[in-house]
Amino acid sequence: MTTDAMIQIRNVTKAYERGRQKVAVLHEPGLTLDVPRGDFVALMGPSGSGKTTLLNLIGGLDSPTSGEVSVGGQRIDRMSGGALAKWRSQNVGFVFQFYNLMPVLSAERNVELPLLLTNLSSAERKKRVAIALEVVGLADRARHKPGELSGGQQQRVAIARAIVSDPSLLVCDEPTGDLDRHTADEILGLLQTLNRDHGKTIVMVTHDQLAANYARHTLHLDKGELAEQPVAA
Amino acid sequence: MTKAGFVVANLFRKKTRTTLTVLSVIAAFTLFGLLQSLNHIFDAGADFIGATRLMTQARVSFTQPLPLSMVPQLEGVPGVAHVAYMQWFGGVWKKDNSPIFAFAVDPMRQHQVYPEWVMPEDQWQAFAKTRTGMIAGRVLADRMGWKVGQKIPLSSNIFPQKNGSKDWTFDLVGIYDGSTEDWQKQTQNVFIQHEYFDEANQFSSGRTNFYALQLADGADAAAISRAVDKMYENSPDETKTQTEKDFNVGFLKQIGDIGMIVRWILFAVFFTLLLVVGNTMAQSVRERVPELAVLKTLGFSDASVLGFVLAEAGALCLFGGLVGMGLATVFGAMISKGTGGQFTIDVSLPVWGMAAVAVVAMTLAVGLLPALRAQRLKIVDALAGR
Repeated sequence: MTTDAMIQIRNVTKAYERGRQKVAVLHEPGLTLDVPRGDFVALMGPSGSGKTTLLNLIGGLDSPTSGEVSVGGQRIDRMSGGALAKWRSQNVGFVFQFYNLMPVLSAERNVELPLLLTNLSSAERKKRVAIALEVVGLADRARHKPGELSGGQQQRVAIARAIVSDPSLLVCDEPTGDLDRHTADEILGLLQTLNRDHGKTIVMVTHDQLAANYARHTLHLDKGELAEQPVAA
Repeated sequence: MTKAGFVVANLFRKKTRTTLTVLSVIAAFTLFGLLQSLNHIFDAGADFIGATRLMTQARVSFTQPLPLSMVPQLEGVPGVAHVAYMQWFGGVWKKDNSPIFAFAVDPMRQHQVYPEWVMPEDQWQAFAKTRTGMIAGRVLADRMGWKVGQKIPLSSNIFPQKNGSKDWTFDLVGIYDGSTEDWQKQTQNVFIQHEYFDEANQFSSGRTNFYALQLADGADAAAISRAVDKMYENSPDETKTQTEKDFNVGFLKQIGDIGMIVRWILFAVFFTLLLVVGNTMAQSVRERVPELAVLKTLGFSDASVLGFVLAEAGALCLFGGLVGMGLATVFGAMISKGTGGQFTIDVSLPVWGMAAVAVVAMTLAVGLLPALRAQRLKIVDALAGR
């Protein structure tokens, strides 16, 4: 157990109800894991191993059936729905496989969306959006709608949206799963930069070993159990 | 970008669908504004009329004339100060076949019982002394371009003269105004001499359609009404006595229960509208389940997401309602102007108030279920497409 852990998971289990069946994804005695602040962790494993479930628990999108989940020193498993929503808006950035941008909004407005939850002035929001788009190299595409951008560009917009409110944690669910190798490398390089230069703690689910190579550590999940395989950063 | 901007942007994700939906809301509210105003006219009828007069007509229908021999009997009822009477003439102006609301009256009784009709005294006297005399309301006279001293040829679809001719010629001896703005709007009728009419027409003699009873100060209108009807109970001329306001409303409703007709039309329109807009909203939310889940992921609360969907429904209904009611107001004014004030459709403040209630009710009816669905979305399931 590390005292400077960004993420502390203790004996966490998670079971879903699918119809009348109860399916345990993370089963007893429960998963325990520490992720140090500033780490870049790749979560790998076969389908159904519990990678996305674990990522959802870390990102506060779901609650464990039992056990404790602390992120940045806060017990998020005890939070109510409303408190968890507020916590997510302040502490976590999300990057999805299929970008999940709002098709009706331009790139800059997509990036601005999380800032609507803050008390920032319009001018301050615009400034932050411009910086975020600059970081991901898309300042010149600010007014384009997602449909007018390539897959790689859309994922950059999604990353800008994830970092615009300056969260300490980024959770990425197969961020390169829909991209070609070259574009995937660009996106992974960007994530690596955010980790190295901006100190973001990143947890990334991936099936791709080449993608996992960009992380500082790789964790393997199989049937809800964990095995670590350190890789060179 | 603001939250309101986000709502508007979402509304226009399917421009054609939203435009068609908004058009249907606009059409519904235009109809609502016009019909509700019409209904208001028929329901409110003559709110400005006080309760100082009672109207007595035949119990079966006012088309059944009552004998003039009732005048002294009615004048003898305690609490009745003065009595006037009116006979429907049903004239058509021969120049352009315009229908004219004409009544045969006793001039001085009319003057006495209806102080709201204002005219120089010498014109009242001229009306009383001229057998073929006629007075016209200001609004009507202005519309027709009539001047005092002019001969007005009218034909009657109901009453031929004794020589068989349906053509009547009257001398316009006065133009009356209304004592208030409300009464001024009503100056669209014509009065002719009952005595002349009674002698000259082929059918009716010594009879009239209804009586106007002016009540003495402090008289009990309900008691007088009962007393009058009791007096003619079981006689060949049974009566129905009611307040002037009720009488006017009843007169307008001869063509049917307008209120009921209007309510059914509006019910059909809004029921269809609920299906159209409700379907649009439900479809819109169904298409956006992953996007709504992303909003929640970013930190928007369940209540915020509910608010976004309700706001979309509200914006649709509010915009359509405002434009629709605006059009109804304009069309109403055009109709009023086009008919020279004869048919006044005033989309008044109460009608706007009802429209506001309809907008809120419709927003809740079409938006609440999709909004609740959005509120209850579980992020993990929605993102996974479950």
